[in-house]
Amino acid sequence: MLRFDTLSKTYADGTQALAEISVRVGTGEILALLGGSGCGKTTLLRLIAGLDQASAGRIVLEGEEIREPRADVGVIFQEPRLFPWLSVADNVAFGLAHLGAFAREGLVANALVRVGLGGYEKRWPRELSGGQQQRVAIARALVTRPKLLLMDEPFSALDATSRTSLHGHLLSLWEESRPTVVMVTHDVEEAVTLADRILVMQPRPGRIFDEIDNPLARPRDPLSPAFEALKREALRSLGASLRKEAPNQHKAAETAGMWW
Amino acid sequence: MGSDAADRAAPAGPGRWGRLGLAGLLLPIALAALWEGVARAGLANTRLMPPPSAVFQTLWSLAVSGELLTHSVATLSRVAAGFGIGAGIGTALGALTGALPVARGLLDPTLQALRAIPSIAWVPLFILWFGIFEASKVALIAVGVFFPVYLGVAAAIHDIDRKIIEVGRVFRLSRLQMVRRVLLPAILPAWFTALRSGLGLGFMFVVAAEIMGASEGLGYLLVDGQQLGRPDTIIAAIIAFAVLGKLADGLLLALTRPFLAWQDLGRGKL
Repeated sequence: MLRFDTLSKTYADGTQALAEISVRVGTGEILALLGGSGCGKTTLLRLIAGLDQASAGRIVLEGEEIREPRADVGVIFQEPRLFPWLSVADNVAFGLAHLGAFAREGLVANALVRVGLGGYEKRWPRELSGGQQQRVAIARALVTRPKLLLMDEPFSALDATSRTSLHGHLLSLWEESRPTVVMVTHDVEEAVTLADRILVMQPRPGRIFDEIDNPLARPRDPLSPAFEALKREALRSLGASLRKEAPNQHKAAETAGMWW
Repeated sequence: MGSDAADRAAPAGPGRWGRLGLAGLLLPIALAALWEGVARAGLANTRLMPPPSAVFQTLWSLAVSGELLTHSVATLSRVAAGFGIGAGIGTALGALTGALPVARGLLDPTLQALRAIPSIAWVPLFILWFGIFEASKVALIAVGVFFPVYLGVAAAIHDIDRKIIEVGRVFRLSRLQMVRRVLLPAILPAWFTALRSGLGLGFMFVVAAEIMGASEGLGYLLVDGQQLGRPDTIIAAIIAFAVLGKLADGLLLALTRPFLAWQDLGRGKL
C-alpha cells in the first residue's frame, strides 16, 4: 500500500506547489491525478519517485518511507527519455544489469512483444517513431516488475490513435504483475479509461479537490453510457476545480480597484 | 510505421558515394595538369614553381633513399607523444571542471587566460626549460592539443541532458555506474570531435616546433628545402604533411566510428 501523510512541497522561491495532501492508494490500484496546469501533479509524482524531497509530510510505500529512488518503483516520463546510444533491447534491459544475459534476453523479448515491438531488439531509438519510443520506455519501466509504477502524462505528446493503442499495451503489461499505478494526466478520457480512482487536483497551492471512483470493468467501452457519465462527472469536477480559484482573483481585483 | 523510419535513416548506396568521392579528385588533377602544362610550355619560372613531375620525382627519391620514412616517423612520433599528453591532461581537467562546479570556479578562469596566449609564444620558455631536443617540441604540441580537448570535454559534460541523468537516478545507479553507463556514452561524440580538432592542432604545432630547430622531421625538410633553394623539397614535405594528417585523422575517425553508430546524423540527407 502507498500512503501520503500531509504532504507539502514549497520551492526555494517560496512557491507552494503542494499543501497537505493525504491519500491512500491500495495495492494494485490504478490512481489518476487529474488537473489543470500548475496544480502540482507532476511535483507530487516526483516526490513519490524520490527525485525531489517533500518540505513536510511523508510518503510511505509498504511500510517504508520514500526519500530517494527505489528499485521497486518504476517511472515513465512525459518524454521517452531513451538512451540514444543503446539499442532498443539494451534500453529495455537498462534496469536488469544484475541479471545474467540469458534471463535478461528472455524478459526483454517478452516485454517488447507485450508493447507490440517484437523483433525491434536491435533497432536504435532514432529509428522509431515517437509512439514506438514511448512504448520502449513503458517496457523499460515495467520489465523490472516494480511494485509501484509512476507515469507523468506519458501519452500526452502522441496522437489519439497511438494513445488508444498504448493504453491497451500498458494495461496488458500491467495485467502481468498488477503493480500499483499512480498516473498524472490532464486528459479526462485517459483517466476514465485507465484509472480505478481519479483524484481531481486544484491549483495554487496544489491540493485534492475531488475524488471519483471508477467501478467499470476492463476493458472499458468509451462509447458506453456509464463511461460517458463518468467522463462528464470528471469534466464537471475538473472545471469546478479551476473555477474555484476564480472568485479569489476577482476579489483581489476588486480590492485593488478600491485601493485606487 | 517503423520500417518507414528505418528506410529513411538508411545511408545512401555505396555507388553514389564512390562517384562523389572520385569527383573530389577532379579539381586537384586538373590544376596539376594545368600547372605541368604551363611549366612545360616555359610560361612559368620552374625554379620557384617546380612542375608536379619534378615534385613527385623528389618525393620518390626521398622515399627510395629512406629519408621520407625517417622524417615521417620523427614527425609522427612527436605528434603522437604530444597528442597523448595533451589529450590525456585535457580530458582529465575537462572532466574535472565539467563535473565539479568547485573545480570549474578554481581552474577554468586560469585555463581560459592561458588559452589567450598564442601557443607559439611558449617556445622560448619551453626551450629554456626542456632543452632544444624532443621534450620542448612535445611540450609545445601538447599545449596545442590540450585546449580544444579540454574545452570540448568540459562543454560536453556541462551540456549533458538533465533528463537522461534522471533516468539513471530512477534506476538507482551508483556514482561510478552513472559515469560509466550514462555520462561517458553521452559525452563520447563531443569527446571524439574534440580529439579530432586536437589532432589537427597537433600537426599544426609540430611544423612550428620542427621549423624552429630540428635535425629530422618533415618540418626540418621544409627548412632544408628553403635553405638549399629547393622548392620541390618544400612542396614534397607539404604533400607528406597533408597525407600524414589526413591518414591520422582517418585513423582516429575509423577507430571512433563503431562507438557512434547510434547517432542520428544527416548522412546523405542534406
